[in-house]
Amino acid sequence: MIYLLLFLEFLKIGLFAIGGGLSTLPFLYQLSGKYGWFSTSELTNMIAISESTPGPLGANMATYVGYHTAGIGGSFFANLGLVLPSLIIVIIICQFLSRFNENTKVQNAFNGLRPAVVGLITAVAISLIRIAIFTGSNSDLLGALDIKALVLFAIMLPMIFIFKRHPVFYIAIAAVFGIICKL
Amino acid sequence: MQLRQLLEIIWTFMKIGTLTFGGGYSMLPMLHRETVENQHWLDENKLADYFALSQCLPGLIAVNMAVLIGYQQKKTAGAVAAIFGVIFPSFVVILIIAMLLSNYIHIAAVASAFAGIRVAVASLVIYSVYGMFKKGVKDWFTFAIFVVALLLMLLFDVSPILVIIGAAVVGILIGQKRAYR
Repeated sequence: MIYLLLFLEFLKIGLFAIGGGLSTLPFLYQLSGKYGWFSTSELTNMIAISESTPGPLGANMATYVGYHTAGIGGSFFANLGLVLPSLIIVIIICQFLSRFNENTKVQNAFNGLRPAVVGLITAVAISLIRIAIFTGSNSDLLGALDIKALVLFAIMLPMIFIFKRHPVFYIAIAAVFGIICKL
Repeated sequence: MQLRQLLEIIWTFMKIGTLTFGGGYSMLPMLHRETVENQHWLDENKLADYFALSQCLPGLIAVNMAVLIGYQQKKTAGAVAAIFGVIFPSFVVILIIAMLLSNYIHIAAVASAFAGIRVAVASLVIYSVYGMFKKGVKDWFTFAIFVVALLLMLLFDVSPILVIIGAAVVGILIGQKRAYR
């Protein structure tokens, strides 16, 4: 039964996450709240692992979540659900490829869809910041603020915008900072 | 002969899957080297077309690319072979990490490292979103959709599926209205 649930949940992600990469993030974020299969900070860890290991984030999450809920079989069924919509839809699209691209309805739909995806991912980004620089569930916002994490954030963000290095570079720096400063 | 070609597809996409870190856009250079330069399965223009299409279709970009190229080579069997190839390396790596991580996460230094990493990830996501924002939000209408989607997800916990379907419908309606003018 858990196999079927994993399969169906990741089928939904495979069907509705458009634009690749981070577009799976809003779905995964909601999944963590819905079933408690993983926590939001585990999701952040997973993004870091995904950026530092081979393969797409969505597939990595499917493997990770599947393993934690139902072992290797869970990983398999989560991945199966994730890729099945791609397989079917892309093969159908291949039959009338040129017409699909030029269709104005399709183009209009994407003009509306793209900013919505950006909005959804921005919402996740805000949650990720909250998790990264606030500790625990302290209702007093200022009291829960983790000063060391805030300092790291204030250094990290401009660095990324200025230097444009590979994500692994920043992840490594942040890990070292975390260990040294006992974050 | 048939089997040999399928194995070749699997092997090519395994190389792409292994050497692509972070998925999505970062796979383009590897894809180019393996499928255009080494295998001559397609030319630059077709690769660019496929890549643009992969971003518009549901699912992971890497998987969509695998299906498009695999299908072109050997129909459905080729598509399945390509998906298997591109996913398999990450499947193994993540499985190993998932098995090990739960044993080590309780060590204070590992927990501290991940606390730092979470800050880096939040910053990296902001950077990516900024790039997407510049591409997708071009006028007041797209900005309005952006804000509504953001608030629906952040404050009201609306399902992303509904937001995406709604935004596509709004896009079609507005597009039609503009065409009539």
